[in-house]
Amino acid sequence: MAKVPVQFTLNGSEKAEFVESGTTLLHALRDKIGDTSPKGGCHQGTCGACSVIVDGELRLSCLTLAETCSDADIRTTAGLAEGGVLQPLQRAFLDAFATQCGFCTPGMIMAAKVLLDRTPNPSREDVVEALSGNICRCTGYEPIIQAVLTAARANSQNAA
Amino acid sequence: MELRKDYFADVRKDGLHEIGQPRPRLDSPGHVTGKTAYFADRNFPGMLHLKMVRSPHHHARIRSIDTSEAEKHPGVVRVLTARDVPHNVYTILILIQVGPEDETVLADGKVRWKGEAVVAVLAETERAAQEAAAKVKVDYEVLPAVFDMEGALKPGAPLVNEYHGQNYYHYDSGECRKVRFGDVEAGFARADHILEQSYQSSPIEHAPTETTGCVVTPEGNDRFTCYTNTQAMFFTLDNASIILQMPGSKLHFVGGTVGGGFGGKVDVIVEPIAILSAKLTGRPVSFIYSREEEMQISSPRAAEKVVIKDGVMKDGRIVARKVTGYTDAGAYSRHSPYGAQKGAAHYPGPYTIPNVWIDTYCVYTNRTPSSAMRGFGVTIGDFALEVQMDKLARLIGMDPLEFRFINAYRDGDMKAHRQRTEGAALIECMQEASRAANWPVAEKYMAMSSYRKGA
Ligand code: FES
Ligand code: FES
Repeated sequence: MAKVPVQFTLNGSEKAEFVESGTTLLHALRDKIGDTSPKGGCHQGTCGACSVIVDGELRLSCLTLAETCSDADIRTTAGLAEGGVLQPLQRAFLDAFATQCGFCTPGMIMAAKVLLDRTPNPSREDVVEALSGNICRCTGYEPIIQAVLTAARANSQNAA
Repeated sequence: MELRKDYFADVRKDGLHEIGQPRPRLDSPGHVTGKTAYFADRNFPGMLHLKMVRSPHHHARIRSIDTSEAEKHPGVVRVLTARDVPHNVYTILILIQVGPEDETVLADGKVRWKGEAVVAVLAETERAAQEAAAKVKVDYEVLPAVFDMEGALKPGAPLVNEYHGQNYYHYDSGECRKVRFGDVEAGFARADHILEQSYQSSPIEHAPTETTGCVVTPEGNDRFTCYTNTQAMFFTLDNASIILQMPGSKLHFVGGTVGGGFGGKVDVIVEPIAILSAKLTGRPVSFIYSREEEMQISSPRAAEKVVIKDGVMKDGRIVARKVTGYTDAGAYSRHSPYGAQKGAAHYPGPYTIPNVWIDTYCVYTNRTPSSAMRGFGVTIGDFALEVQMDKLARLIGMDPLEFRFINAYRDGDMKAHRQRTEGAALIECMQEASRAANWPVAEKYMAMSSYRKGA
């Protein structure tokens, strides 16, 4: 089958790959490039575990074709910690017991990051809405909501 | 609420100091950085993808299987049928002597539930495996199927599983697991009231976020490494060893990281066939359930039916309890004979009742095989029992919490299955619950204790 070139930045570094036309971004990231932080929970756009950030937008990588991401700026949970130092969002998930099996966590963190980038002081309703496309079967949603609100407070304290 | 160490003072001599203290989970840093390695995060060059051809029928005889078109499909490397599996008929609990072997790795001559694995297709890509699977031709003769437990137990019902010879699991105690304690009929005869009710539940799917699967790689020395999300590592290792007729020393299992299980990943389903595939092709193999397979194919919690008949006195004492429990195993045993047995021991609930009669049946139907899920054998029973307790309290016009104090088991009481109660603390739990929920009970109940001196 014909291969198509794709080139994008992943967490700040240049990546180039040949993929079969029709390859999902999830497959390209995980199996070609080796960033396994986005997870495949359903491959049909229903669980949110594969969420990544493409040019500042939250995207389900299982429903995004890799070939549509040329020149894009792609961010995943694997690229969040700088120099091994956890971001407030990651810290908050850890401290608030917002992660149990962890399978939904990278997707949750991506969804929360997009929210906080746009709405630094979200209401509880904003958080619930932002996470509404992400399924967690383990922790219950309350600790996750609390973690995002805690991270928002930590961010605004850092900024002050 | 303070921690009341005095309850278990003579059981736990150590100084408990963890409760109420936050402690970080050891695996959380990996989770929040995306570094935790789940089985599907292992990727090996040249890895093959396995897709199952599954039965579209609930019950059918297989007249013939034609894999020739599938084998010709571009990218297909190997197609496996029952003949390729060294020890094709197995049962998970054979390891603890719960037989007979009753389930096929790949269907042989018959399918007993809709979704049963019939043919395994191995291809270079997932897509090629999927397309080739659609080209496998299986000629079925559809047989009458039975979907409800009462129907399955009726004379003349279609026989679901020939390895059992009847539609229930045969325990050493006969057609069901039995508990007999005191004289239940005498208890009913002297009771002020009798209440008989039946309770039913549907199968429940665990729906873990990560689907069931494994990745197997041949190590080149006749050993195989299996990365898996099983919740039952050693059950899986030992059953794989039996199915593959391969010493355990040739199998290296790597796991422990599970993207949600809830009991749904304790069966041994994907690993043996994936290891066999790696052995026969000499290539790494990945077998991962699609979301649809996870929802439709993986074992759910069993459907259950519980019929409870209680004899109760006006003063609140339950004097007799008779329970008939049915567990729908689906087409194969898996963990259900054990679940039904647990129910037998559990049905008196945390109550001391002098006359008890319990029968629990593990029933075979043409439904998806059920298995473990969070307290299986007990959870649905508790739903039934506690609803029954509320109904009994209402029947005699008593406060439901006080009614439970009257019947609560206490240290030293003999349970119906002849285990003496120890460390119950049920009274104390209910006293705390009464305070926490602001549901006051009479002073005499607040003065009760689970302990009986000299018990
Ligand atoms: S894997 Fe993309 S939404 Fe579930
Ligand atoms: S922590 Fe397991 S799915 Fe969310």
